[in-house]
Amino acid sequence: MSFLPYAVAAWLFLVGLYGIVTSRNLIHLVVCLTVVQASTYVLLLAVGYRTGGTAPIYADISTSRKVVDPIVATLTLTDVVVEATVAALLLSLAVQAHRRFGTLDPDELGAMRG
Amino acid sequence: MSRRLRLCVFGVGALGFAALLVWGLAGLASFGEFDGRYGQLLAHLTVPERKATSSISVTTFDFRGVDTLGEEFILFTAAVGVLVLLRIQRAGEDVAAEPARTRRPTADSKTLRSIAAALVGPVLVLGLYIVAHGHLTPGGGFQGGVILMTAFLLIYLAGTHLHMGRARPLDAMEISEALGAAGFALLGIGGMVLAGAYLQNFISFGMVGSLLSGGVIPLLNVSVGFEVMGALLVVLAELLDQRLLMRRDHR
Repeated sequence: MSFLPYAVAAWLFLVGLYGIVTSRNLIHLVVCLTVVQASTYVLLLAVGYRTGGTAPIYADISTSRKVVDPIVATLTLTDVVVEATVAALLLSLAVQAHRRFGTLDPDELGAMRG
Repeated sequence: MSRRLRLCVFGVGALGFAALLVWGLAGLASFGEFDGRYGQLLAHLTVPERKATSSISVTTFDFRGVDTLGEEFILFTAAVGVLVLLRIQRAGEDVAAEPARTRRPTADSKTLRSIAAALVGPVLVLGLYIVAHGHLTPGGGFQGGVILMTAFLLIYLAGTHLHMGRARPLDAMEISEALGAAGFALLGIGGMVLAGAYLQNFISFGMVGSLLSGGVIPLLNVSVGFEVMGALLVVLAELLDQRLLMRRDHR
């Protein structure tokens, strides 16, 4: 079972990518991108896990307890913030596209430009 | 490019990528046997060196503080980017910049409105709690800021206006965002002036486990909380504003 978290990360990445490629709607596309980004959270947290380790919060555990890596948790936090900003910017671009072209289908957007 | 062709191209690419991914993942330490010394060192230094109990907050705001400064400004810049993108459009149209006067209750459902109104208080308190205890328990400015933003979203869902006297809510949100971002940078400069290095702690660490411990970490959490709340509210307000514009167009 030791490879399962990595398999989940790889699956999330690929299924999100599939969603992006086949997307017919820009909002759906942005949601698919967040699925791809979710795979990076799973990967980061899986990398830093130590068997038997608990969360590195010493409010109610002894300082000698085995804990998981705090750095990957911090990196995941950064990752979440970046994801939120990317999603916000892309959604506002989608709003723009809809206002200008009257559609959210990426295929139709391409056809109009040509 | 037809959809079928596109899928074929994606299939070939995805297979190649999957192979690379499996190869790369196979080279990682197997799950649960991570042996990074640096993280363990930071975890063990958290309580004796910083008098705070959440290693993650201490890593975020102290050991990797400058990184978090950059992260905070990513959010700040993105919020400004959304404003620019969406406001350019509004400038070209004859639409009032202040949507609050034309706003009608969002939902007609009495249940939604009363539940949203009832949740505002508890959510606000929860958000403040998460921000204030970031250095002790899981949470902090980023997480708490999002919860605080939710409280204001609930006010919107309840269909009521934000009454802030003469101050316009959008201005207040922008000010909260800017103050939060500036607060973080200024606390860093405070460290430079009073302790010799940027973001160095310059106030007493206090007692382990008390609310006022961990030096400047709680202050950084509060400023990040304001920044995140302001930035998300600005983005949300602009997007909701667009929705209102669209509704007007279709009428």
